Amino acid sequence: MTTVENAVATPVRIGGVRGGPDAPTLRTDRWWVGPAITVTVLVAFVAYTTWAIFVNRDYYVGAAAHRDLISPFYSPCIMASCVAGAKGTFFVINWWHITPALIVLAGPLPFRLTCYYYRRAYYRSFWLSPPACAVADAHRRYSGETRFPLILQNAHRYFFYLAAIFNVILTIDAVVAFRLPGQGGIGVSVGTIVLVVNAASLWLYSLSCHAARHLCGGQLRSFSKSRVRYRLWRLLSPLNARHMQIAWFSLIVVALADLYVRLVASGAFHDPKLF
Amino acid sequence: MDVTMRVWRGDETGGEFRDYTLPAHEGEVVLDVIHRLQATQAPDLACRWNCKAGKCGSCSAEINGKPRLMCMTRMDHLPEGPVTVAPMRTFPIIRDLVTDVSFNFEMAKLVPPFAPPPPGPGGYRMQQIDIQRGQEFRKCIECFMCQDVCHVIRDHEENKQYYAGPRLFIRYAELEMHPLDTNDRRELVRQKMGLGMCNITKCCTEVCPEQIKITDNAIIPLKERAVDAAYDPIAWLGRKILRRHKRSPAEAQAVGR
Ligand code: SF4
Ligand code: SF4
Ligand code: FES
Ligand code: FES
Repeated sequence: MTTVENAVATPVRIGGVRGGPDAPTLRTDRWWVGPAITVTVLVAFVAYTTWAIFVNRDYYVGAAAHRDLISPFYSPCIMASCVAGAKGTFFVINWWHITPALIVLAGPLPFRLTCYYYRRAYYRSFWLSPPACAVADAHRRYSGETRFPLILQNAHRYFFYLAAIFNVILTIDAVVAFRLPGQGGIGVSVGTIVLVVNAASLWLYSLSCHAARHLCGGQLRSFSKSRVRYRLWRLLSPLNARHMQIAWFSLIVVALADLYVRLVASGAFHDPKLF
Repeated sequence: MDVTMRVWRGDETGGEFRDYTLPAHEGEVVLDVIHRLQATQAPDLACRWNCKAGKCGSCSAEINGKPRLMCMTRMDHLPEGPVTVAPMRTFPIIRDLVTDVSFNFEMAKLVPPFAPPPPGPGGYRMQQIDIQRGQEFRKCIECFMCQDVCHVIRDHEENKQYYAGPRLFIRYAELEMHPLDTNDRRELVRQKMGLGMCNITKCCTEVCPEQIKITDNAIIPLKERAVDAAYDPIAWLGRKILRRHKRSPAEAQAVGR
């Protein structure tokens, strides 16, 4: 029986003459459209996010405007430099002086970077390995995810746990957004809905994660022995099948949520109260 | 109306595309046209086929650059213009559209077999929910188009020695998900069968004629199992505390420790 110890190079023919012309691809359809869209959207997102993180203002709408809205990029705002009202009081970091938004790099960013779907997206469209199916890899050497740094992709499940903490915090933000100080205390504004949709889409993204599907039950050999975990697995699997769509949706929603809070905070318009 | 077929003709000593023009008939698939070509203009054209129903997996070729079954590709679904038909790129050519796919059988031989425990009283018992994941992988017709499209070996020939490929990853996954199996193939598939070489770009899933979700349902679960077995420090600690072994008893016995 083959085991790790005795596995030898498989006796396959290496370097046999291949059929077909030596062309990178014979495809004539527009296979480059997909990767081009991915590059465009991701570059736009990264550009916007970088700017939004470093401008370090207009991320909070406070009691002066009868709201309690915080941009998802700046939450949790636990640095002493955060604007009043945005930060809590029980945990404040005093030695941090650059933008408080950098904390998002701790959880959500590595979570997305190591996500199985985003990996597919950037391996294809940025690294061109391969750019599309049956289109030649742009690199001569290839070691997949077996070496540093890409071997770190295996830590994805830890970033899943980390990101879940952020999801809890953003959910609290969404709940807090129902506060309309000085306008009846509690109510719903467009900003409330924006933050609720934002938190919900981030939860959907986390719950549709492949690591989540594995940890909740996929890792079992026998489902009939653990009915509860089987039910969970059954619940997450249909979400998981739409992980790609959810990944894009939540990415765009986060950016729009930040943009909305930013526009209101900068005074471009007032956040309308609905009821 | 006529169609132009641009077919690869050649063998180990070299080859070229040759154009053949022949009348189009309604409702035909690519394999029909290839057969008509054999019957009329190119009696020596070599191609493999058996069922003409998308069930035997013999007629794989690259049609307009994409791996497809010739018998399941309708001519009227292809864009206007010449239709290129080339042999699978990843495997050595024998002649014309026929390739030597023995790579896949060599890899299949290496899969450590199903190892059930001795049956209890009343034989083995399983429930449908225990085996339904594996049943998806049983739909495989061994057309080897997933192996063909996989860039790990398509573009990097040297990887063939240690790369099971998507077709065999679904076999490993099926066994690893089997409730009665006692083998543990996680380290083997991680270290020697190239699981880490796959970068989950999903071309195998894209071409599979049986619509098996190879990447989502087999490769990623295998990768997660490899994390359990090798990369996850908490799982490692759990094994230490519960005194579980990374290797199953069967595998330990096979290697003599
Ligand atoms: S997902 Fe992995 S196995 Fe499938 S084609 Fe891509 S690299 Fe190959
Ligand atoms: S998994 Fe799909 S593509 Fe691969 S050999 Fe089986 S049927 Fe063909
Ligand atoms: S978040 Fe995409 S796979 Fe985990
Ligand atoms: S001839 Fe059997 S699959 Fe095409």
